[in-house]
Amino acid sequence: MTLLMGAVAYDAKVVPIWTGFRSWLLRNGLPFDFVLYSHYERQVEDLVAGRVHAAWNSPLAWVRARRLAAAAGRSVRPLVMRDTDRDLRSVVVVRADSGIASLDDLKGQVVGTGAVDSPQATLLPLHHLRVAGANFEVRRFEVGVGLHGDHIGGERDAARALLAGEVAAACMVDANHLLFSREGTLSPGATRILTGTAAYDHCNMTVVDSAPEELVRLFGELLTGMSYADPEVRPLLDLEGLTAWVEGRTSGYGELEAAVDAGGFYDEAGRITADGYRP
Amino acid sequence: MTVPALDLGDVGFDRGAHLLLRRELALLPVGGRLAVAGTDEALVVHLAAWCRREGHELLPGDERDGRVRAWVVRGRAGQDRWAGAERAGGSSPAGLIARPPAHWGLAARGALVESGGPAVPYDFDRKETVWSELAPKLYLQAVARQWDPVAAVAWDTPFELPAEIEAAVVQVMTYLVENEQAALVIPARLLARVHPHFREVTQLLAVQAADEARHVEVFTRRATLKGDELGTSSVGGRASLMSLLAEPDFSLASFLLSVLGEGSFLNLLSFLDRYAPDPVTRRIVTLAHQDEARHVAFGIAHLEEQARADPAFRGTLRGAIERRHDALADTAGINADVLDALTVLAAGEWSPAAIARGHAAVQVLQAEMLDGRRNRLVRLGFPADEAADLAALHTRNFM
Repeated sequence: MTLLMGAVAYDAKVVPIWTGFRSWLLRNGLPFDFVLYSHYERQVEDLVAGRVHAAWNSPLAWVRARRLAAAAGRSVRPLVMRDTDRDLRSVVVVRADSGIASLDDLKGQVVGTGAVDSPQATLLPLHHLRVAGANFEVRRFEVGVGLHGDHIGGERDAARALLAGEVAAACMVDANHLLFSREGTLSPGATRILTGTAAYDHCNMTVVDSAPEELVRLFGELLTGMSYADPEVRPLLDLEGLTAWVEGRTSGYGELEAAVDAGGFYDEAGRITADGYRP
Repeated sequence: MTVPALDLGDVGFDRGAHLLLRRELALLPVGGRLAVAGTDEALVVHLAAWCRREGHELLPGDERDGRVRAWVVRGRAGQDRWAGAERAGGSSPAGLIARPPAHWGLAARGALVESGGPAVPYDFDRKETVWSELAPKLYLQAVARQWDPVAAVAWDTPFELPAEIEAAVVQVMTYLVENEQAALVIPARLLARVHPHFREVTQLLAVQAADEARHVEVFTRRATLKGDELGTSSVGGRASLMSLLAEPDFSLASFLLSVLGEGSFLNLLSFLDRYAPDPVTRRIVTLAHQDEARHVAFGIAHLEEQARADPAFRGTLRGAIERRHDALADTAGINADVLDALTVLAAGEWSPAAIARGHAAVQVLQAEMLDGRRNRLVRLGFPADEAADLAALHTRNFM
């Protein structure tokens, strides 16, 4: 039997990454193959239906997989995640000279976000603002809908709109705030961080309980055994953005579950209920 | 003991904070902790994202000491990345490696090369195949002797030649351009196949190609100095040159082109220097002669070293001459118009006595070329009689 994993082709680099990992895993004794999906929704449906054994999931896809599985009387678990998937934060940024000093100042203002399904640039920061009592309008920058925010385009467009004065605030993950600051999309001193979310976790390798246990165990062992000192896998780890695979955990998805409920993105059974979301 | 600490002042990640952090962290062992202070408002957000990507751990700042915004615990990724790194030999020729590995690729000789990466399949990756101890010196010489075709030749020097003499010059120039184009393409093709570890060889070949590019320019310019029309190009001449391009082996291509072909051209250029009917022609063949002499020197030095190291190598050279001779057996060799033009140039006029002198001069030229080839073959270790036989098998097209 072959362990079959799903991954979303959000970028062309997904092919060399998983082709490279596949060769390495095969050589190390794991019968492994992967299939690519054009968006996360079909990937998690196939995972819960047992058509794939594992899915390299976005945090939002994890939330839906968990709900779909529970509704179907099955269970899923995060086998591993990247070291870089732990403890991310999203920030809400305003122009330094905007006069917006507190969340109250957002009243009647427009907040720019990423795509409708971006956990880090839409769901989590908007939920954070609303829980804190802020009142505002939303303008979404819909790039790569269905990719759950993997495509950076929406966040970058929101940042540009902020500088152009088209929105009063923009939402983005901390790593992209760092990237935009260093590359000059956000020029030094031009913006200020108004607020930030609590720490949350990002992607995980979700496995379904119907998957072959022994192969899943070996898959987890091999991934966490990959060393950054190994010249064969290091370029793949660099491409995928990690220095080590670490054990999966569920503790970092509470806020996203709450955001999904509050915004009505999925219902408790994992059905898509978000308005106008067509991946 | 003082705890390692870094005060970034007001410098954030948008202004280079990562450089200061890298420098401090490099001084710590894996697991070592660095206290970070600074006033940039985005510092902690950026520090968290940066540490995540770099594989460091971030711990919250000190509540007792408000200046410490966060602690960074050095991770092992940076150390792991360079764990299997190796030096790509040494930067000077003394640091050459006999067989540089393919994955060093384009790395500078002497660089610290991260392990892994694509293996670049260079055809010529053995020192004994491509290297000559003379290469670094010849390269420096070649660079120092580059000349500017505009400045080095007095193109506007006034002169008038009888139409038939001018036509002979144009025919010879047309022939030279054709040959120099082959001489340009061959080193250019070879150099892309040489492992960059043998830097001086690729540099020398690059300058050699650049030399030929200039020769093509000046010969074309002289051909069109008085008119627009060039001379003829024969099938035999082109076939002979194509057989040079067909040689895939580095040493054999160098042997056929530089030692035999360009070697014969040295005689031809000397002949043209002697019989040039105008100062412009004389000047450009003199300049080209200097360059070609260098190409021949590299070819000989390189092959001498190989022949010394491997006595069987001469058999390979002999094979290359014989193969080319067989391939060209059914072709006419040199363009008859070229031989006629050389005769007219040596004659200088159309009287029967002058033409007979010119004809004799061209015969002397061909004998000198044969002698030159034989002498160079002797230098490569061939016995005199064998060298004479092989020298005679060379293409009648000179190059």
